[in-house]
Amino acid sequence: MQQQDYASQIHRCFRCGYCKFPTKYVDFNCPSYKRFRFDTYSTGGRLWLTKAWLENSIEWSERLAEILYACTTCKNCVEQCPMRFAPDIVDWIVGARSDMVEKGKIPPRVARFFEAVHGYGNPLKLLRSDRAAWANGTKIYAPGDEYLLYVGCLGSYDENAQRMAKSLVSVMGAAGVSFGILGSDEECCGNEVYMLGEMGLFQTLVEKNNQKFKELGVEKIVALCPHGYNAMKNRYPALGASFEVYHYTQLLNDLVKENRVKLSRNKAKVTYQDPCFLGRYNKIYDEPRQILRSIPGVELVEMKRNRKDAFCCGGGSGNFVTDLLAGSEDSPARVRIREAYETGADTLAVACPSCLTMLTDAVKAEDLDDKLVVKDISQIVKESAS
Amino acid sequence: MSDILEALAKIVGKDYVSNHHEERYFYGRDPGLMTPHEADYVVMPKTPEEVQDIVKLANREKVPVVPKGAGLALTGLIIPLKGGIVMDMKRMDKILEINEGARYVVVEGGVSQGVLKEYLNEHYPNLRHSVPESPPITTIAANVAIHGQGRLTNQYGFNSDMVNGLEVVLPTGEICKIGSCSVGKYWFSKGPPLPDLSGLFLGWLGTTGVITKVGLKLYPKKKMKDLEIFVTDDEDLVPGIICKITHTEMVEDIGIWAQERPLMFRGNYHINIFITADSEDELEMKRKMVYDSVQEYVDNKEAGFMNVTLDMKPDFMDNPQKSMTSFADVRRGGGFEYAGPIIPMELYPDCARKVAELAIKHKVVYGGSGRVIQGGHCMMFSFAYTFNRADLDEMGRARKALYEAAEFVADKGGVLWKPNIDEQKIMMERMDPNTLKLMTKIKELLDPNGIMNPGNWEVK
Repeated sequence: MQQQDYASQIHRCFRCGYCKFPTKYVDFNCPSYKRFRFDTYSTGGRLWLTKAWLENSIEWSERLAEILYACTTCKNCVEQCPMRFAPDIVDWIVGARSDMVEKGKIPPRVARFFEAVHGYGNPLKLLRSDRAAWANGTKIYAPGDEYLLYVGCLGSYDENAQRMAKSLVSVMGAAGVSFGILGSDEECCGNEVYMLGEMGLFQTLVEKNNQKFKELGVEKIVALCPHGYNAMKNRYPALGASFEVYHYTQLLNDLVKENRVKLSRNKAKVTYQDPCFLGRYNKIYDEPRQILRSIPGVELVEMKRNRKDAFCCGGGSGNFVTDLLAGSEDSPARVRIREAYETGADTLAVACPSCLTMLTDAVKAEDLDDKLVVKDISQIVKESAS
Repeated sequence: MSDILEALAKIVGKDYVSNHHEERYFYGRDPGLMTPHEADYVVMPKTPEEVQDIVKLANREKVPVVPKGAGLALTGLIIPLKGGIVMDMKRMDKILEINEGARYVVVEGGVSQGVLKEYLNEHYPNLRHSVPESPPITTIAANVAIHGQGRLTNQYGFNSDMVNGLEVVLPTGEICKIGSCSVGKYWFSKGPPLPDLSGLFLGWLGTTGVITKVGLKLYPKKKMKDLEIFVTDDEDLVPGIICKITHTEMVEDIGIWAQERPLMFRGNYHINIFITADSEDELEMKRKMVYDSVQEYVDNKEAGFMNVTLDMKPDFMDNPQKSMTSFADVRRGGGFEYAGPIIPMELYPDCARKVAELAIKHKVVYGGSGRVIQGGHCMMFSFAYTFNRADLDEMGRARKALYEAAEFVADKGGVLWKPNIDEQKIMMERMDPNTLKLMTKIKELLDPNGIMNPGNWEVK
């Protein structure tokens, strides 16, 4: 999206506020509006302020940039906006961010995010050589393997997400899936870099990754993280990719259906958090639920807001690192944890390392440690595998 | 100025006050055509006591206070014409009480229409309130304060007629209860048998106080609903048709609409008739009574029922009707505003012609719609014009069209609803001088420092 494209369209927002809600108006569903409550932090506020900035009616400020970057690009607004331009809203926001990046006018935390990805291949500024420290002998991908398991930055470095990666590796291995990982050769997928508007860095990352995949003859990728899955599914092909990509829940669901993963009784009351980049972005709502329902003893209960109306954990668009929505009981992850707890579930299942990290922290902040546990579906499946 | 910011932060907490340019800019305008004016501060109170402290501070400092719900009246009523503090009420979002037997709810001043609707759906499926067609973020308090209308207006009157009591922070800072709640714990009446003081706050556009609680009547929610659309190409027949239909006392809501786009609708006047019932038999009986009431028009080949296909019905029956908002983007311009005078039914044909005439004159796209109020005693007629927010010339033309519409209706004897400052002048110029004097006295008595939404309902 070039500047001209969004700049010539952005005046079309009426700021009606439908974007603040889910389909049923039970609560606010825009994470940054819910957190800050100034109308400026809603989609309408963001678009009107961007228009004002483009027209020089307001000056750039760090607050303006934070308002723009506090959007998690969760796509709730796209689902709810009644206007014909609804599908373009996130592109407009990304376009405006891209302009800010070009002008060097971004929040310091976002600048540090880019620097880390550029210098270290991950936004956490951790050593490339430690990327596979979690892997503990997991096979490195070699030509002939059916799948490349793309672990992603959080799966590689974050303690919670590493457990998720280990569980998935274990389950895939036990099911006899032919796969390997890239280990320390893996590079950031670029999904957040794209959403934050650094198009040059994004293109570099995609080209590097595509080149690597081509050299290795990769035909199928299974992504641990919905963010990586989204980038590879929807952004990489335009830049020369020619592989198939699956989110791990798709593969896992097939393995369960084919009885390659045998599940034994695991008594738990579980509710499920739809990750934005799996649900709203790619319409994958059923597979994670089918996996959970196939586990004997698991009772799946839904939160009030689910599927296309799910409330974002607040981690999207790099916020799992930049954390622009933190610091309040109205921070999205804490709101979501309270909603999960209200269902009476003892387990909140996730299918995304960002959700896992954000929501695990929120459980602590809400002091619900002994009442609700956040687990990735791969972990639940591993525990249930007979 | 920074002292005021600090004082506000002390009242509501620093996270809920701003004097950043981003908020001052955004809260200085609404989606309509009125000239913006920036706020000096934006503040979001959580409790009536915080509202009270803010108002007291504003009195001390002689700073204007402009209470704001969603800001979607479109007529600039929340634009801080003289700067000051815009008070965003939406953090006061608690539904405080439902009395199922007496059928009322008490809500805080920032509860939205959408949230109340869903709350009732979930917890009291047999009850409903009169939901307006404006987006769900609009607030109950702001809607009654401007005499809004909703899906039950044909049956029960303006939404402000459904008020059962108020809690108001007066411009001098006192918290004041209005209605039965002023003498006891129940919110069953806004006035009778006491003097009805709610009139000091309803229709005053936030110039006489800040509404912090509303008691609102709830109504039985029927199990089923349906829609018929009766269509004629002769606007002169509409008042008669409405009279026949309302005579049956069988319909929930009646909306009339005419628009030039898409072309399939041009030249016709569509009368949406909403019917509700608790059984198929009841529904069928009501439907038949409506059919019978307008049969003569069908026999004379002057009008007929439109085939409302199953895919069209959910959109029309949606409440609020989401598609109505998309009128703003009909020409990819992102804007519309409407003058919505309240008129006697007999003025419908004149208004229907005028809305189209002004559209041609000012080269803008129109929509003309109406809603019958309380069985046909009057109706709201909306002169709606779209505009392109990126085209200043078109915005100017739309504003002129709206102004001429307002003058036209006022000259005919209509009363302008939620009037912008230009329209308030039109009203006050035509108002009985003693009535105007009374309004001025009331305003001066309640708000001696003139801090409440100044610029509105001002004689000078």
